Amino acid sequence: MNLAEGVQLVSLIILGAMMLGAALGVVLLKNIVYSAFLLGGVFISMSGMYILLNAGFVAAAQILIYVGAVNILILFGIMLVNKEEPYLEGSRVWLGRAVTGLVCLGLFGLLGAMIVVTPWTLSTAVAAGEDATVEIAKHLFTDYLLPFELASVLLLMALIGAIVLARRELLPDDGQAQPALMLPERPRLAAAKDLAEQVRR
Amino acid sequence: MQLEYFLLLAAALFCIGIYGLVTSRNAIRVLMSIELLLNAVNLNLLAFSNYLDPADIKGQVFGVFIITIAAAESAVGLAIVLAIYRNRNTVDMEQFNLLKW
Repeated sequence: MNLAEGVQLVSLIILGAMMLGAALGVVLLKNIVYSAFLLGGVFISMSGMYILLNAGFVAAAQILIYVGAVNILILFGIMLVNKEEPYLEGSRVWLGRAVTGLVCLGLFGLLGAMIVVTPWTLSTAVAAGEDATVEIAKHLFTDYLLPFELASVLLLMALIGAIVLARRELLPDDGQAQPALMLPERPRLAAAKDLAEQVRR
Repeated sequence: MQLEYFLLLAAALFCIGIYGLVTSRNAIRVLMSIELLLNAVNLNLLAFSNYLDPADIKGQVFGVFIITIAAAESAVGLAIVLAIYRNRNTVDMEQFNLLKW
């Protein structure tokens, strides 16, 4: 093992430990704000692993999109809906958690056995390395052109769908003058009344 | 041997994500678990791309597509959570029974 391989192995171990620890924190911590910040840690260590895998462009995209957009979006979501509420714990909660943990461990065992047993035929071709970005661009504009365009349509659909879903319902115009510079919103009282009616039904 | 390390890490991350997906009560934590799952798949794709197909890196193209889909998914998912929170005033998964019967 020469120096480069040793450095790679050590950085892989450090990044893997960071990633698994942060992922366990995301799932297990009680406070959801800590979970959201640890999720950023998971994304950053994933990006380091992408660099180890000669994928510099994807690593940069990972940091820009996941840490910069998705994580911030989740933090904003937490700020918008964070309400301290005591979850009513059933008496059998620990049983469900234990069963789920067992199933997940079993799944990991299965996947791990499959990974270790399979004889991977490693390629000996020269890695694209620094030219990876050029290669990705060539793929995107030749043989993956249709998925690329479909992805842009999908993003547009997600944009419109998110706006439509997150917008408040508008009241029909009932003659009342709205105060200036305010969107006509459905009052909370009416929404609560609707909900009560729904529950009664 | 390095390929197996990456694949094992991705499998571990996937299992942690599934555990979080099943046991979380908070809807936002469920969304975070889905992000973990997508990241595990992405790590798999990039590992295969580097070790099995290093010259013609198609795995990285798929990785970019998955990152795109994940961004769209999280935006729509958070919008759904916000809409449910506005109607039900809670984010507890156990109380979302609008479609149950």
